[in-house]
Amino acid sequence: MKKSFAIETHDLTKVYGTGNTEVVAMQDASMQVQHGEVVALLGPSGSGKSTFLTAVGLINPPTFGQVFIGGQLTLDGPQARTNLRSFRRRHIGFIFQKSNLIPFLSAIENVQIALELNGETSGTARRRARELLDDLGIGDRADNLPSMLSGGQQQRVAVARALANRPSVILADEPTAALDSHRGRQVMELFAQVAHERGAGVIVVTHDHRALDVFDTIYEMEDGRMFRQG
Amino acid sequence: MNLASKDIRHNLGRFALTTLGVGMLLMVVMGMGGIYRGIVEDATLLIDRVGADLWIIQRNTRGPFAEVSRVPPNLVHRALAVPSVQSAREFVYHTIQREREGKPLRIAVLGLSWPTDKGEWIPLIAGRPLAQNHFEMIADKSLGFRLGETVELGKETYTVVGITTSMISSNGDGIGFFTVTDAQAIQFDTPGEAVRLERASREARGERSEMGLKQPPLLEQAVKPSGELPAIARPQLSAVMVSVSPGTDPNQVADIISGWGDVSVFTQKGQRELLLKGSVEKIRRQIGLFRILLTVIAAIIMALILYTLTLDKIHSIALLKLIGAPNTVILGMIMQQALVLGVLGFGIAYLIGQKVFPMFPRRVILTQVDLSQLAFIVLVISVASSFLGIWKAMRVSPNEALS
Ligand SMILES: Nc1ncnc2c1ncn2[C@@H]1O[C@H](COP(=O)(O)OP(=O)(O)OP(=O)(O)O)[C@@H](O)[C@H]1O
Ligand SMILES: [Mg+2]
Repeated sequence: MKKSFAIETHDLTKVYGTGNTEVVAMQDASMQVQHGEVVALLGPSGSGKSTFLTAVGLINPPTFGQVFIGGQLTLDGPQARTNLRSFRRRHIGFIFQKSNLIPFLSAIENVQIALELNGETSGTARRRARELLDDLGIGDRADNLPSMLSGGQQQRVAVARALANRPSVILADEPTAALDSHRGRQVMELFAQVAHERGAGVIVVTHDHRALDVFDTIYEMEDGRMFRQG
Repeated sequence: MNLASKDIRHNLGRFALTTLGVGMLLMVVMGMGGIYRGIVEDATLLIDRVGADLWIIQRNTRGPFAEVSRVPPNLVHRALAVPSVQSAREFVYHTIQREREGKPLRIAVLGLSWPTDKGEWIPLIAGRPLAQNHFEMIADKSLGFRLGETVELGKETYTVVGITTSMISSNGDGIGFFTVTDAQAIQFDTPGEAVRLERASREARGERSEMGLKQPPLLEQAVKPSGELPAIARPQLSAVMVSVSPGTDPNQVADIISGWGDVSVFTQKGQRELLLKGSVEKIRRQIGLFRILLTVIAAIIMALILYTLTLDKIHSIALLKLIGAPNTVILGMIMQQALVLGVLGFGIAYLIGQKVFPMFPRRVILTQVDLSQLAFIVLVISVASSFLGIWKAMRVSPNEALS
């Protein structure tokens, strides 16, 4: 039997626009991430890292190529092979390049909503949300609205939300950009811990070369192409 | 967690203002309905209250409420002679406009057939019915008279002995109840000089007429009051009201009377329909159409409001989709806000309307039926108008959360 990877992509290609405005943002990008493996994705700006991550995250389907999550074919080119939204809810945790919190919900509610959407009762969801925020060191700001939090604090709430449903895949797009190096490293270590303890596959886009020792594998993108660095 | 209420709480000031605006708009819609209902009720109120089974009016006219109707006073006795007629009353009705404390005062003057009708059927809020056949009146509240106040009309002074309410002509003027003779005196009041001039010209006419030439003593009569001249008729009535004896079909009696060549006859229902189809028909249609227009406008405005409310949340909606919220959650959020807006708006409309409408010069009647109808319409509008926002929300791609 074929061994199932946490994440597996085959020759992902993404073409934006047509004719004169055609941009090939990603070309034949393949990657395999095992359960419990933490991958760093490096590369210059505009090289296609976010394009790759959103394709794996089932948000922005590729033009060609397949995405497998936990061995299940989810995207075949632009074609969805499962209910992407409920699949995302159950299996994928995201942290985006820009902090993306719902502005009318407090920090704790932003985490709680992800849990409730996944079927938790509001009491359990709230308890778990508070634990996560405490773990990330922002328990004291739990009732603040995102607009009252600093960029780094917002990013940590986003991390808490991504981890809330114990996803089997964690995708993070420069999660530590707004954090100091100490906090940044803490977040990376948290990902590694989640990966190792729960067997989740983790891909982190980062520019921070100081924390690379946390990762098991390093990939690099260049002009839309994917290279494995070791 | 209820996303709709969280969002509302976050933008409370704006939402409150929006709701107030929607409330005011709905109040206007509600008021239009009330004005419409008021016109219909006012128009038929008198006919319903007077409670006559049949109205005998001048041939080929539409009756005193629609136009000038003149019938001879002896019609009362002719009507009484018809089998199954229990009672026949004189009815005098016309509108006058005078001035009171510098402001125009319009009174719909209604004559009661003294002594059979002293106005006992009129719902009084103060005072008493008429007690003598001259110089007393019962006034509608809207005329602004106080009990015991004296009013000069024509050459006489009338005392307000009773105050009634909601007795209004189809034009919205308050009704003043007098005895028939008083009502006629008010209607046919002519200044002294005009009377003298008429008597002089009567004499002149008489001298030239054949009768005057053959019987000169007759000319001496010409200077006497009209009422004392045998050949000149008593002032005319507007109509005669007939009640049939219990158990008789008014239509049977109407059939008999309609055979008379000088009058037309209508049942109470017929007169009522005539009024609604006649004098108030245009204003009724006008307001009815306006009401429909306003309802449509309210729907469009609510749709736009809900659409903008949704547009403001579009990033959050994309984000919700991104973290896997099913459409029902997003749809529920928009729909709930629409319903909150609609329900609160309706409540505000009702509360403000209750305070404001009584200050209007004509009655604004909010009936249970109209209110529940409007409530239903608001509900439908809320749901329907949220579709525009929902349509927009459904088209949002989760990708938009990232830009
Ligand atoms: N919606 C889009 N339409 C057209 N071109 C796009 C779109 N999104 C991305 N691109 C292009 O695709 C290429 C890859 O973009 P991407 O965002 O994946 O880069 P990145 O590696 O994440 O860069 P950064 O490090 O700055 O975040 C860029 O040239 C970009 O201009
Ligand atoms: Mg990027």
